[in-house]
Amino acid sequence: MNLPAPNSREDLATKPNKFRKHVMEELRGKAFVYFCVLLLVITIFSIVYFIASRGLTPFLSQGVSIKDMLFGLKWKPEGNPPLFGALPFLFGSFATSILAAVIAAPLGFCAAVFMTEIMPKFGKSALQPAIELLAGIPSVVYGFVGLSVVVPFYRDTFPGQGIGIMAGATVLSIMILPTVTTIATDALRSLPNGLKEGSYALGATRWQTIYRMILPTALPSLLTGVVLGIARAFGEALAVQMVIGNAPHIPHSLFESATTLTSIITQSMGNTTSGSLHNNALWSLALILLLMTFLFVFIVRVLERRVKR
Amino acid sequence: MKMKKTLLTTLALAFAFSLAACGNNNNNSNSGSSSSPSASPSASASASAPAETVSGSVIAVGSSAMQGLAQAVADDFMAQDAYKDVSVTVQAGGSGTGLSQVSDGQADIGNSDIFAEEKLEADKAAELVDHKIAVVAMAAVTHKDVGVDNLTKQQLVDIFTGKITNWKDVGGADQKIVIVNRPSSSGTRATFEKFALGTTTEDLQGSIQEDSSGTVKKLVNETPGAIGYLALSYLDDSIVALKYEGVEPTTENVATNAYPVWAYEHMYTKGEPTPAAKAYIDYVMSDEIQNGFVIEEGFVPVSAMKVERDAAGNVTNK
Repeated sequence: MNLPAPNSREDLATKPNKFRKHVMEELRGKAFVYFCVLLLVITIFSIVYFIASRGLTPFLSQGVSIKDMLFGLKWKPEGNPPLFGALPFLFGSFATSILAAVIAAPLGFCAAVFMTEIMPKFGKSALQPAIELLAGIPSVVYGFVGLSVVVPFYRDTFPGQGIGIMAGATVLSIMILPTVTTIATDALRSLPNGLKEGSYALGATRWQTIYRMILPTALPSLLTGVVLGIARAFGEALAVQMVIGNAPHIPHSLFESATTLTSIITQSMGNTTSGSLHNNALWSLALILLLMTFLFVFIVRVLERRVKR
Repeated sequence: MKMKKTLLTTLALAFAFSLAACGNNNNNSNSGSSSSPSASPSASASASAPAETVSGSVIAVGSSAMQGLAQAVADDFMAQDAYKDVSVTVQAGGSGTGLSQVSDGQADIGNSDIFAEEKLEADKAAELVDHKIAVVAMAAVTHKDVGVDNLTKQQLVDIFTGKITNWKDVGGADQKIVIVNRPSSSGTRATFEKFALGTTTEDLQGSIQEDSSGTVKKLVNETPGAIGYLALSYLDDSIVALKYEGVEPTTENVATNAYPVWAYEHMYTKGEPTPAAKAYIDYVMSDEIQNGFVIEEGFVPVSAMKVERDAAGNVTNK
């Protein structure tokens, strides 16, 4: 790292040019890093501040109570009196993202086990790139595929219009699959070899080793992947909005039009004027979304701490 | 220690500089023609010439329904020799965004499907100048197999308020009605509710809300028993356009207000438009565009209208 001061003074005497060059290098590098970090911190704080300042206005000065928003069932922002019950959105967001994780987690875990334990070569060369490719597909494409393939399939197979939480969860599960799989694979790869070898030495079969040794040991890391997947699903807007139907009600079935926090924001934000109560209420929903994401990050941190132990 | 201080100062300076640069950019785009430094020499050079060249940039933000038309006209406008120094940027984002941005001075033109008075507060709306550039008409559309080709106002109200839930109650097939609506804040929905239903409706349990006309069309086409509404430009054989009180949704019927479900497409400016914005709006209003792009994009030219309607909905003969 840094040279001690006396040494550098010696250098100064003998090789003044080289020393100046190094100082300049050091300075430039430092300035660049500091600048980037400063920019990053400013950006993060201004985003949080902006959303909070807009999102808190309905509660602080426009007479909407937090309780009504979190537990109200009726969303009628243009009604008289306007009602801002966001429970259907919260319900929709949680239902779709948790259902998506329930679908994606087994798939992701199995893919990870396959890639690390069963066929590492084929897994690394073919399966992993294929799954990672899923992460590169734009969400509007997912939405369109969902609308053209998933929704008609559900419409023909189950009672209802095909649109709804199940369709949203299906699309989301494919979208979060890369997150879940990549983290699970990394976790399984980083397990010490001795663990597996010890298990085999005791006479355990491969399945017993995977089921009894590898999965329980890697569980906190696997859960980290799932929580990150849920966080991604929670924040996804476009693809879900296209297939969920967007009725601001808690649906009676998985195949009935429902809505999420993100889809109500994307649908209404552009149609409302800034500063209006309706617009500010949407910012409140954005604030709720942000707080939920913080919560997910917090859960991930807790899980990571368990991994280290 | 000292180094750290200089570093911070440098950073602060760099930051301030970049902010200032941003500020400058904004100024340029807002004030339009004259303040842009690259344009000023040519402006002074041609000041004596009788043909004045317009230059500067115009930002038009708002209604996604108008995006196609505004963009097509903007491309054509910028290709004209007289306006080659003007750059027009058209952004979608919704009528509400368009109105707030033009009202705040972030955009030169706010595109809107509805009158500013309906969205903005009265004093803010009063600052805006309305340019009605076209008329858009909407028709109720259904899935092919519902067997209905005409609905009265009362029947539509009953359907969209959930009183009628089966097509057989309005003379169609025995099929559950699926409503494909627009979000409650949408300008298209506001127009449909105001002029077809005459009342506002709630989002019903099980109803579908979609903002994009393409998605609405796809869903109405595919979902058995679906009803929605679309601008005339989206109508084709894949869906059935309904008559309203026995009147077909055609350009002629819209022009005479015999078919009342229509609204103006507005371009709002804050006060009088900048020269560049004015040139663009004048170009949109020219006969060539009104009878060309406006009709091609499925709108009705304002000049073809035999009636006028104000923000309160009062119709007068022209």
